Amino acid sequence: MPDKIAFLPPKKSVLDRRDIIVSDLADLLPKGCLVSEPRGLVPFETDAFIAYRNVPLAVALPETTAQVAAVLKYCSRYGIPVVPRGAGTSLSGGAIPQSDAVVIGLSKLSHILDVDYANRTATVQAGVTNLNISEAVSADGYFYAPDPSSQLACTIGGNIGMNSGGAHCLKYGVTTNNLLGVKLVLFDGTIIDLGGKALDAPGLDLLGLVCGSEGQLGIVTEATVRLIAKPEGARPVLFGFQSSEEAGTCVAEIIGTGIIPVAIEFMDRPAIEICEAFAHAGYPMDVEALLIVEVEGSEAEMDAMLASIIAIARRHGVSTIKESQSATEAALIWKGRKSAFGATGRIADYICMDGTVPLSQLPYVLKKTGEIVARLGLRVANVFHAGDGNMHPLILYNINDPEDAARAEEAGNEILKLCVDAGGCLTGEHGVGIEKRDLMLHQFAHVDLDQQMTVRAAFDPHWIMNPSKVFPLEGRPAA
Amino acid sequence: MSDLHEPVSEDAAARIIHTAATVGAPLVIRGGGTRSLAGNGEAHDVLSSALLSGIESYNPAEMTMTAKAGTPLAEIEAALAEKRQMLAFEPLDLRPVLGTTGNPTIGGVFATNASGPRRFVAGAARDSLLGVRFVNGSGEVIKAGGRVMKNVTGLDLAKVLSGSRGTLAFLTEVTFRLLPVPETSTTIVISGVDDAQATAAMATALSMSVEVSGAAHLPETVRGRFVGGGLPAEPATVLRLEGLSASVTVRAEKLRAAMASFGTVSMLDRQATDILWREVRDIHPYADQTLRPLWRVSVAPTAGHQLVAALRLETGVDAFYDWQGGLVWLRMEADPEAGLLRHFIKALGGGHATLVRATPEVVATTPVLEPQPEAIAALSARIKLKFDPKGIFRSGVMG
Repeated sequence: MPDKIAFLPPKKSVLDRRDIIVSDLADLLPKGCLVSEPRGLVPFETDAFIAYRNVPLAVALPETTAQVAAVLKYCSRYGIPVVPRGAGTSLSGGAIPQSDAVVIGLSKLSHILDVDYANRTATVQAGVTNLNISEAVSADGYFYAPDPSSQLACTIGGNIGMNSGGAHCLKYGVTTNNLLGVKLVLFDGTIIDLGGKALDAPGLDLLGLVCGSEGQLGIVTEATVRLIAKPEGARPVLFGFQSSEEAGTCVAEIIGTGIIPVAIEFMDRPAIEICEAFAHAGYPMDVEALLIVEVEGSEAEMDAMLASIIAIARRHGVSTIKESQSATEAALIWKGRKSAFGATGRIADYICMDGTVPLSQLPYVLKKTGEIVARLGLRVANVFHAGDGNMHPLILYNINDPEDAARAEEAGNEILKLCVDAGGCLTGEHGVGIEKRDLMLHQFAHVDLDQQMTVRAAFDPHWIMNPSKVFPLEGRPAA
Repeated sequence: MSDLHEPVSEDAAARIIHTAATVGAPLVIRGGGTRSLAGNGEAHDVLSSALLSGIESYNPAEMTMTAKAGTPLAEIEAALAEKRQMLAFEPLDLRPVLGTTGNPTIGGVFATNASGPRRFVAGAARDSLLGVRFVNGSGEVIKAGGRVMKNVTGLDLAKVLSGSRGTLAFLTEVTFRLLPVPETSTTIVISGVDDAQATAAMATALSMSVEVSGAAHLPETVRGRFVGGGLPAEPATVLRLEGLSASVTVRAEKLRAAMASFGTVSMLDRQATDILWREVRDIHPYADQTLRPLWRVSVAPTAGHQLVAALRLETGVDAFYDWQGGLVWLRMEADPEAGLLRHFIKALGGGHATLVRATPEVVATTPVLEPQPEAIAALSARIKLKFDPKGIFRSGVMG
């Protein structure tokens, strides 16, 4: 059984000075921007990786970049760990604090600063939600492409921290491919601007390094993102198969033929049942595997692409084909998929894995995943982005049964190692957080991680930024 | 005298670098040497990837390829063409404008983040780079990233190496994603439009649901140099559409109708389209066998023509635009005017200018790369030290 994942031991010197720190932070922030009462701190003790929780020392909710800088400068001066937080929707524990940490929450930085259609950019504060960006420009025919399932709640700052993806990144890419610039506060309070409205920036690609750095290189307070003209139309189609293998090989052939749909989502039978019971999306109930394939464009374009895709699906034994006949039906199909995590949460506790594997390995990894989970006496529902091999097995368990929880964690670890061994990686879009931190040495050699950690130290030499995350606690280079 | 090191393996490269670091001997990293700026060659030893060559794996169904860094780009493109796939970012070839010879390598493409017209929809080279193996300045062999399309495991070192121009590490192997070659393509040509109106036309085209994959403006001074002089007289604003035949036809009709209010509209077939965009990519009008200063300027798309208009009042300059106006190729008549150029870029909302070509004397006295704000320069210097603690890697590469 795996041990509980450790956080760095709290610094006694910080805990002992708690009252002074709270009082000093209160001086740096406007009224109502500091949480220090025990009851007020509870909502910040965990994120969507609910198996772990720590009440932080205090929570700062700055309203300006200058306030973020002042808090960071203060914390770095006294060696106080800092944990940045967007909406707290991380599935890997990226926003879970440690008891000696000051959480810097970005919820008050929630303004859209500039929308520039001629250059197709939006500049927003980091606490703006992902969906808010698309909603703000939708009436004018634009959208922001990355669409994680949590897009209603998650913030662009959190998306940048984790380099979030979503269902539609097969065509449009993930956050890093849609990010043009950020305002970044470094550990010591220095404010820098990386990138802007031009498509590329001079010098080293620091923006590329910051995106996906899980709050360890600095705190993003503003972001400039690409807007894209909305397609004329989009049409999701359901394909039901009698086996996961058939669905998996169908995906590989679609991609291999040169057709890139906007999205190819996969669900197995348990996932179909859970989502259908919740969303009544009209999913077929007599199949072992379901693909949601979405194409977009003009009617003629969609017809042509779908004809090719349907021909391929028929060669792979598809048993049900269901085209959405209206916008309402299309929305329902996506509602079912996007509510997969929430719907699963209604019937059981779960942990969601996020490994990515090469497409050719999908059927093998699905089969082995089933075996691992069955051996440990657990259930699994698979729902994931098949077009790019990003798997999301949901391992169902009972959080109130410690043995069950330990078995779920063990299953998760085995599945992630399976993904790496199949030529993939530990995490495709959720981030390492604390969840996968101790598995990093399964994917990387010490020398590889050392290079990452030394680069990290160029940004944060004393490891105060979200320090319990991403890199194994043992063997870190000295400051 | 400078030596040429051509390691035949990653381990051999690591030994050479380790030795150089031990004695503090600088190394200039070179791929095919086709992107080197004249006059930028101090007498340092050269570390070449020429003998680290070959495609290691190619799985068309996964749309990924792994190749050793010294693999000629031509070899890779030939293998991809067989399976009707391509590098989505259209790496530009600097040989025509620089007058260099030799074979561009895939490592050189990523080390310079060399990207062409499709960049504003398909991303730059860095967006296609999935994983790397490299030797750092201490002689350690390191891997970063992987070979799958979605991967957020740890710091994205592949990004910072892409475009680092051989200043951080010696790339030994790259893994990158691919896209299918579009079934067909066509170009809409709008004739007789000035730079400012062209910017408006391109913005309108890109606001439409027609998926424009190339948007360039070719003023009258350069227009005749494209497609063997086959574009209609007067300035040409060109918009590329790609995809399934059925959809390109429909989208082209829609776009033609919308562009008719800007100027006279005509179309190019697939063959002419291929030629045109390769020439746009490779800066064809300025492949003029001269060393007149050539700048690559990246600004917000709407700022490009304003920059050129401001410069024209002060100095002799010729220009054309890619990336909807955001990538400006500037050929100066005489002086590089670095100060003036960068002053205007700043005044127009920011961006950057890179000197791609000039005489050795000009290169020696001109800040070739955009100077960075102090805090960013300091941070970049700290990162450089983390890869290359002894500071042995010197850049010999532009792009």
